[in-house]
Amino acid sequence: MKRTKRRYLALQLECEGVPSERELMDALWASITKLYGEVGASLTGLSLIDFNPDRKVVVIRVLLASLPSVRAGLAAVTSVAGLEASVHVLSVSGTIKALFSNL
Amino acid sequence: MKRRCIDLHLRANPKDPQTTQRLIERAACFGYHALSIPLSAQFEDNQLTPLRAACNQAGLDFISRVDFKPRNTEDLMRFLRKNRRRLEIICIVCDDKEIARQAAKDRRVDLLNFPSLDYHKRFFDRAEAELASAGLAALEVDIRPLLVLEGPSRVRLLSNLRREVALAQEFKVPIIVSSGVSESHLMRMPKDLASLCYLFGLNQPQALDALSKTSNALIERNREKLRSKFVAPGITLIRGAEMS
Repeated sequence: MKRTKRRYLALQLECEGVPSERELMDALWASITKLYGEVGASLTGLSLIDFNPDRKVVVIRVLLASLPSVRAGLAAVTSVAGLEASVHVLSVSGTIKALFSNL
Repeated sequence: MKRRCIDLHLRANPKDPQTTQRLIERAACFGYHALSIPLSAQFEDNQLTPLRAACNQAGLDFISRVDFKPRNTEDLMRFLRKNRRRLEIICIVCDDKEIARQAAKDRRVDLLNFPSLDYHKRFFDRAEAELASAGLAALEVDIRPLLVLEGPSRVRLLSNLRREVALAQEFKVPIIVSSGVSESHLMRMPKDLASLCYLFGLNQPQALDALSKTSNALIERNREKLRSKFVAPGITLIRGAEMS
């Protein structure tokens, strides 16, 4: 069986206050679902790896095949937990180790 | 080589210097090298000085630009005659077919912008693309509506943009991607802006070219033309003869 290739993304969250992990992931899923529908969103393999609330840096994992669509979905985020927000991709890497060394 | 990314359409209000300053600083922080804040058609030359100073202070190159929405073709011609030599970028906002056609034909027009969400009021069709490819005008795509719209209106906009971008590529009309935002929370880094172009059929390198290479080429061409020594494309005055 072919190995599934993944990519790790480090994101910078910009918003007032600090949202919870749940609120953050709900906002990311909402943006991706609005753009690609539930079936499309399910194909992205999006999952939260780490969230640093002090620096507001988020690490997520996605499938390599869906990287362009996920990046578009992340750039389309305009609110988190009802507050104006934006998400910027800081770095993309194939391993968590390399991702943290890039940050 | 690192790309020189440009946001050609940051819609800050020059009459609100504080907000404008904040937006300029944010653009510099996001890694843009140059930006343009469009002025209205009734601009004064002294409006450019504080904007240029604010951009230079933030380490950005300022590009002078005006957005003009003509009432008719005569109005368009009059405007171009008066202002072409004063500004680096002239963008024509097209919401009339006759104006869109004239603007695409005219080599003094740099950008064609179609702000309407209504399919029948977006005139970038095959005829328009053919005219624009023979002229020098580029198609400008603003990203802001993709961020603020939702549901069926965003679906319609994406469908229109996909069709227009495909036509522009077919007829080799340059595409310029710009933010078109006036709010700081809607500003995006160049790569994030480029990734949104995936939604209407531009891949990452094409979108980054639309944000950097194409805009740079347009600005260099116009700056060359605005130099006092410019005579015609390829002809520059090196030394003037003294008249006896």
